[in-house]
Amino acid sequence: MAEALVLLDFSLSPFGVRVRIALAEKGIKYEYKEEDLKDKSSLLLQMNPVHKQIPVLIHNGKPICESFIIVQYIDEVWKDKSPLLPSDPYRQAQARFWADFVDKKVVNCGRRIWLVKGEEKEAAKELIECLKMLEGELGDKPYFGGESFGFVDVALVPFYSWFYTYETCANFSIEAECPKLVAWAKRCMEKESVSNSLPDPHKIYDYVLQVRKRIGID
Amino acid sequence: MFCKCSSSPRLCLGSAMATSDVKLLGAWASPYVMRPRIALNIKSVSYEFLEETVGSKSQLLLQSNPVHKKMPVLIHAGKPICESLIIMQYIDEVWTNGPSILPSDPYDRAIARFWAAYIDDKWFPSVSGITRAQGEEAKAVATAVAIEQVSAGLVVLEEAFEKCSKGKGYFGGEQIGYVDIVLGSFLGWTRMTEKMNGVKLIDEAKTPGLVGWAERFCANNAVKEVMPETEKLEEIAKMIQAKFRAPPPK
Repeated sequence: MAEALVLLDFSLSPFGVRVRIALAEKGIKYEYKEEDLKDKSSLLLQMNPVHKQIPVLIHNGKPICESFIIVQYIDEVWKDKSPLLPSDPYRQAQARFWADFVDKKVVNCGRRIWLVKGEEKEAAKELIECLKMLEGELGDKPYFGGESFGFVDVALVPFYSWFYTYETCANFSIEAECPKLVAWAKRCMEKESVSNSLPDPHKIYDYVLQVRKRIGID
Repeated sequence: MFCKCSSSPRLCLGSAMATSDVKLLGAWASPYVMRPRIALNIKSVSYEFLEETVGSKSQLLLQSNPVHKKMPVLIHAGKPICESLIIMQYIDEVWTNGPSILPSDPYDRAIARFWAAYIDDKWFPSVSGITRAQGEEAKAVATAVAIEQVSAGLVVLEEAFEKCSKGKGYFGGEQIGYVDIVLGSFLGWTRMTEKMNGVKLIDEAKTPGLVGWAERFCANNAVKEVMPETEKLEEIAKMIQAKFRAPPPK
C-alpha cells in the first residue's frame, strides 16, 4: 500500500536534515517540497498554523511538526527497520536526554556565534564545552547509539555541516578541540543516509552571510 | 495513599512495593517536580520524596544531574533520570500495568508531545512574562502586552483541548494524560499570577473548556495532594520579585 508522505522542508535546515536522515535510514519514500522561508506556502501555514515552521511531515494528510517529534513518530511507525531509539526504557531516557541537550545547548551556542554580533568568542567557548560533554558521553562507542546509529546521532550530526560556518565566524577550530567528535561525524558521513542528507557546508556559510547582511551584522 | 508532602522528606506509604527503589529529588513548589509525582501517583508507585532546600543544591542532586544541576531527578534502582518530560515518559514505559500516560497510537503520541513542547517552550514563558513586566519601566504597557500573549496562547490551548478531549474531561480523554499533567502542573503558578496582578487568564468567556478542565484536574486523586496552595506560591513569588527589585550588589 502506498503511503502518502510529504515533507515540507528547507534544504539548509539542520532540523529538516534530522527528518531526512531518519526517513533514509528506514528506506522510506516520500515527496520532498522545498519551502521559501520568506514566502511560506499556504500548505505549510495550514499544516503548522501554530509555529509556521519547517520541517513538517504530512502522513496520509495528517501533519506532524517539530523535528524530534517527527523522528520519534517515524521510529514508532516504521519500527521494524533500523530502530533509532533503544527499546530499554532507561537507555531510551538517556538518548532523549542527550538529544534534548543538543537542542538546549549546541543549537543555542551555534546560533549565537553567527546571529548575534559581538558574542562569537564567548559562544564558541561555550560550544566547545558542550561538544566536549558530548564527547564524554560518546566515549569509545562508534555512535551515540552504541554499535548502531541512533537517535542522538540523528539529533547532532546535521550540525556537522555548520562547523565550517561556526569556525569561520568565530575563528577557532572544532577539530583541534574535539577531535573525537569530528572523527564520529566523519564516521557518520560514511553512511549514505547521512552523506545524502547533509547540505554542503559552503552553501550554509553563503546563506549565513546573506542573513547577516540582511539583518545588519555585516 | 498519596503523600501530603511539606518541607521535610517523607516516606510515601500505601503500597507493598519497596519504597527505597524509587526516589524523587525535588521541591513542593516546582511545577516540573509536580509532573513525575502525578505520574507516579497514576501508576500507584510509592516513592521517597527528597526535598531540596531552597537556595542550595544537595550533593545528591549535583551528582545525579551533573549536566544541568536541576530538579526533578528520578532515581530508580540507583540510576538517575532527568528532565520532567523525559521522566514522565520513562515512568510510562517502566510501569506498564497502571493506566497509560501517553496514548498508544503513534499519531496521538506525536500530538501529545507537540502540545507539551508548546506549553513548555512558548506558553508558560509568556506567563512568567507577566511577572517580569512588573519590574519594567513602562510596567502598565509591558503587563498588558504580556497578558495579551498569554491569552492568545490559551485560546490556542482551548482549541487543542476540544480536539484532544473529543468531548471527554481531559486532554487524555477519560483519564488524565501527558498534556493534562504538563499544563496542569502550571495551574498553581498561573492562579498565583492572576491573583497578584488582578487579572483573569483562564476565564469562562474565552476558554470555558479549560475552566472546567482545570477544576477537574485539581480535584483528581492523582493531583490534589501535590498541587501547591496559591497562597504559599504567592509568598515565594514575592520573595523572587523582591530579589529582582533589590539594587545589584556593588
